[in-house]
Amino acid sequence: MKAYYAYFKLSLLKNLQYKTAALAGMATQLFFGMVFIMIFEAFYSLSGPQPIGFDQLVQVVWLQQAFLSFIMLWQRDSELNDMIVKGQIAYELVRPNKLFPFWYFKLLGQRLAGGLLRFFPIIAIAIFLPEPYTLKGPESWMTLVWSLVSLTLGLLVIVGISMLIYISIFYTLSPMGSFLLVGVFGEFFAGLTIPIPLMPQWLQTLCFILPFRYGGDLPFRIYAGHIKGSDIVIGLAMQVTWLLLIWLGGSWWMNKSLKRVVVQGG
Amino acid sequence: MIHVENLNKSFKVSKRAQGIRAAIGSFIKPNFETIEAVRNLSFHIDPGEIVGYIGPNGAGKSTTIKMMSGILVPDSGQCLIDGKNPWKQRVDHVKNIGVVFGQRSQLWWDVPVVDSFELLKNIYKIEDKTYKNQMELLGDSLAIGDILTTPVRQLSLGQRMRCEIAASLLHDPKVLFLDEPTIGLDAVSKLGVRKFIKTLNREKNTTVILTTHDMSDIDALANRMLLIGKGQLLLDGSLQDIKKQYFKEKTVIVDHFENKKVLKIPGVTCKEQEINRSVFSVPVNQVKVSDVIQSLARDLEIIDIEVTNPDVENLVVDLYKEYNI
Repeated sequence: MKAYYAYFKLSLLKNLQYKTAALAGMATQLFFGMVFIMIFEAFYSLSGPQPIGFDQLVQVVWLQQAFLSFIMLWQRDSELNDMIVKGQIAYELVRPNKLFPFWYFKLLGQRLAGGLLRFFPIIAIAIFLPEPYTLKGPESWMTLVWSLVSLTLGLLVIVGISMLIYISIFYTLSPMGSFLLVGVFGEFFAGLTIPIPLMPQWLQTLCFILPFRYGGDLPFRIYAGHIKGSDIVIGLAMQVTWLLLIWLGGSWWMNKSLKRVVVQGG
Repeated sequence: MIHVENLNKSFKVSKRAQGIRAAIGSFIKPNFETIEAVRNLSFHIDPGEIVGYIGPNGAGKSTTIKMMSGILVPDSGQCLIDGKNPWKQRVDHVKNIGVVFGQRSQLWWDVPVVDSFELLKNIYKIEDKTYKNQMELLGDSLAIGDILTTPVRQLSLGQRMRCEIAASLLHDPKVLFLDEPTIGLDAVSKLGVRKFIKTLNREKNTTVILTTHDMSDIDALANRMLLIGKGQLLLDGSLQDIKKQYFKEKTVIVDHFENKKVLKIPGVTCKEQEINRSVFSVPVNQVKVSDVIQSLARDLEIIDIEVTNPDVENLVVDLYKEYNI
């Protein structure tokens, strides 16, 4: 366990170095946050009442932008990619550890670093924006606690999905396909393109079954007060279920694909 | 220590001729060719040996190393290292081995070297005391003490390579696999690395298996040589024996005062004769070198005389030729 923690820590520290990247990312996310809110503002002013209030949606949008590192699926770690494609994996395989948890914690460290560098300034700015763009506080302390629990579980689920993408590279040998495919589908079913409450019922059911919304949707709608009571418990249970499934399935798949690894040349 | 028996590994390599037609053709019906990287390989290595593993490019050296370190799963065959099967008991096995792949890096690019070491300390669960001792030993003998706090991306190749070797040895492995460890190193670093490997072998009885294209590495380090070509083991023996067997000629170079006589020594070919310098090739199993020198001393006023073996580099060329690889 200590080994995995060390791997996680080094990954975190390494990624905390990239301050310029964080600054650039922050500016982009502030810009996108504003644009999304303006679009929804126009939409809400022309249509009648919707299943999610505009105020709540604004909160969801800001939190999605602030914690983008936790929820986006297209974030690509070139190191892991090189390991698989260029054979650098050779060194990973001479370590006395299982590879799935090893890489899992590396990715976790990376996402956590990205999130920690960005979330605070974005939230700080969003709080001081004028109405209706401002980010409001949660209704109660409990809402905040539940949304944080859910955010943590969501991050763990998303890192797991990323792991599955990396394992698929063992078969495709190119990261492009997997990332594009899962990126586009995942983003849609996580409600990052159209908020899930605005989708037709059958699509919402589909989102509910798939794992993607447990990263970028559930924690933030809990914060906004749109998901309440027993729905929170069901949501958290779904997160835990998906986490277990991904860990079990992912470890199995990883072991299977390592048998076919060919490290050629040199 | 290391026991390899009938190891086989083949790779599927895709083949396609040049041109658009071939590209479209391979889209519909891809062509594969099976290459047998390693065929029926068997050998045995005792604890404390330093073995040079040589062969031309593509002979299967790295493939063997990768199978022995548990990275590749062979198609068939047995391998036991310290009583463990590398690919079936990978996690247990790799605790006891150190591997350096000269072509790859195990250090984290953007962080200081010492961070990577610290990570390895945790990964291999090295005790604080052992870690400190190893760091002292490695820091001194590989001269990396000063560069530990530098990010890896700012190290020179030689510095990085020395750190790579240190990283592979932090956990004090019983077996060390070195896959081209001196690639790209300058003379000083090379000598440093060699000296260090020797010391390690002597003091800790570490078994070392070394692949390289630099024959002077083998000459300086290994007491045994395995030659592999086209996936098969061709030759296994001590370097001294192989040298004796293949070094059939010695070269005698004489610098002398002006001489215009044609020199003739029975059984010896004169390769070059100038006014003040002559070069002879002596077949050692027919003519004694001392006889040649005596006869030269009679005829010439010698300034300097030098007797040399062919270099190991040529030995390998001869070996490759002989085995047609």
